[in-house]
Amino acid sequence: MSAAHSTEKYEKVFVGEQKKQLDDILSRYPTKMAALLPALWLVQEARGWVSEDGMAEVAEVLELTPAYVKGVVTFYTMYHQHPVGRHFIQVCTTSPCGICGAEEVRDAFLRNTGCEELGVTSDDGKYTVIEVECLGACGFATPVMINEQFIESVTPAKVPEILAGLR
Amino acid sequence: MGYPQKPHGRETTVLSKHFGNRDAISLEGWKKLGGYKALETALGMEPAQIVTVVKDSGLRGRGGAGFPTGMKWSFMKPGDGKPHYLVCNADESEPGTFKDREIMRWTPHALIEGCAIGSYAIGAETCYIYIRGEFTEPLERMESALREARAAGIIGKNAMGSGKRIDIWVHKGAGAYICGEETAMMNSIEGRRGNPRIKPPFPAVSGVFGQPTTINNVETLAAVPHILNQGANWYKKFARSDNPKSTGTKLYSVCGNIQKPGNYEVAMGFPFKDFLYELCGGPLQGRKFKAIIPGGISVPIQTLAEAEASLMDYEGFVAQGTMLGSGGVIIVDDAQNLVKFIARAARFFAHESCAQCTQCREGTAWTTKIVERIAAGDGSTEDLDTLLSIADNMTGKTICVLSDSCATPVVSGIQKFRADFEALIKKRTMHPVPAVA
Repeated sequence: MSAAHSTEKYEKVFVGEQKKQLDDILSRYPTKMAALLPALWLVQEARGWVSEDGMAEVAEVLELTPAYVKGVVTFYTMYHQHPVGRHFIQVCTTSPCGICGAEEVRDAFLRNTGCEELGVTSDDGKYTVIEVECLGACGFATPVMINEQFIESVTPAKVPEILAGLR
Repeated sequence: MGYPQKPHGRETTVLSKHFGNRDAISLEGWKKLGGYKALETALGMEPAQIVTVVKDSGLRGRGGAGFPTGMKWSFMKPGDGKPHYLVCNADESEPGTFKDREIMRWTPHALIEGCAIGSYAIGAETCYIYIRGEFTEPLERMESALREARAAGIIGKNAMGSGKRIDIWVHKGAGAYICGEETAMMNSIEGRRGNPRIKPPFPAVSGVFGQPTTINNVETLAAVPHILNQGANWYKKFARSDNPKSTGTKLYSVCGNIQKPGNYEVAMGFPFKDFLYELCGGPLQGRKFKAIIPGGISVPIQTLAEAEASLMDYEGFVAQGTMLGSGGVIIVDDAQNLVKFIARAARFFAHESCAQCTQCREGTAWTTKIVERIAAGDGSTEDLDTLLSIADNMTGKTICVLSDSCATPVVSGIQKFRADFEALIKKRTMHPVPAVA
């Protein structure tokens, strides 16, 4: 996956449909800068992560500097600054889930995906597992997010079945 | 509640009445349940009249601070020639809290109605609902409900034919607890890093885009249509007879080591003991409750005796050494050592610190290191004094209260559950003084 870093030619995101989406977003705010978070989301949806080239493109369309955009990207945890596995698995292990067995769920994902450690993508490029801070579903411990899918009440026993169901 | 369990007979379901009811999600279904009548009423009133009704109802902010909503709205001066903004705080990230999530999942139009009424009352033509990026389902439900409301002309340039413009947009967060702090949220909407701002100026003077702004929690805004429909006096009835300062119903998210976790809605002043044992089913088989945190992880930890003596409202929890906060009830039972719990809480705050204030950046990191060291069995008695000293330096000294929030479980934990710390400590000091020869 890491090959995507610098060798591939960057393909612009804000053309056609995405350009229209961005224009629509810009109409909701009094400043161009306010469209920064939504624009970064569009880049991530299109490319899977936000590369330096992606930041530069966003900077250009919103009339900001690439350094400013990078400053914002690095503040927020949900923008991927490097490519991640096809299934990006986030396990909540904050205190309330922690006392309900979240660490065992995290370990079960690591074991069953072949990911050697948190944040490191499996060799086949399929999975990345991370710990995430409070997903806001504490009554349904342990909540897990896999890409856009939100799964409640996950136990270690359910992990193989959840992974088998991923497309 | 109704989700995931059926409501208990002693609950007062106002906001949660339709949780679990799929018919309530769509505009058509919501209208059948009486939706948007309050907005219609509101648009026929003067904005100042709405503010008065909300003031009279005694509604206070449900996000944590408990500021009177009507008073907050009255800070927005009509006719000042500036664009006003309403921001709905749907960043729900306080560990232990998951009530706004259910409001948005099951009754998205209830929130839109509250936002529209709030916007009109404060003279705002634009409202942003700031939803945390991890809430994929609430995001989808809110976006879809907003599309329905726009298409039906309920919101937009001529809201319900009133001639008033009320635009409501979702602004999706990108993973930052601190953006739940109101000034950080405004920065985040403006396309900046989510660093809290120094107050004053307060948002009502200079908020998002430098314009007068009101920020309200999801639960607060969702209560407004009910107040307009049924009157301030009806809302005020949900209170203790001896405490008129807390009125209405409150949603509590319950999690941790307890039989029936989930969302519950009770009238202000409900006995916490009955709540824990009757509504939530008491402790897990063969266990006992040990420590209770009633308002999200930022409020002081209660002993079981304090919790059992608490009445569930703003003043009732303060009288028992803690705060109502966000209503995120976290239960820790006797099978847990609290130090591990606190260590993980400290790590959360260290991770989420925006790092602009030194006391917070350094304090959250060192607190985490030391509590984790104790949890791992490598701490000393001296560490407890160090932790209290760091906590003192983290409290009341920073731009926002994230720093204070990290210190809170540490201080209340050491004060009230010292035995849990001592059980893991084997030495007095990290640096033993060598014996004099």
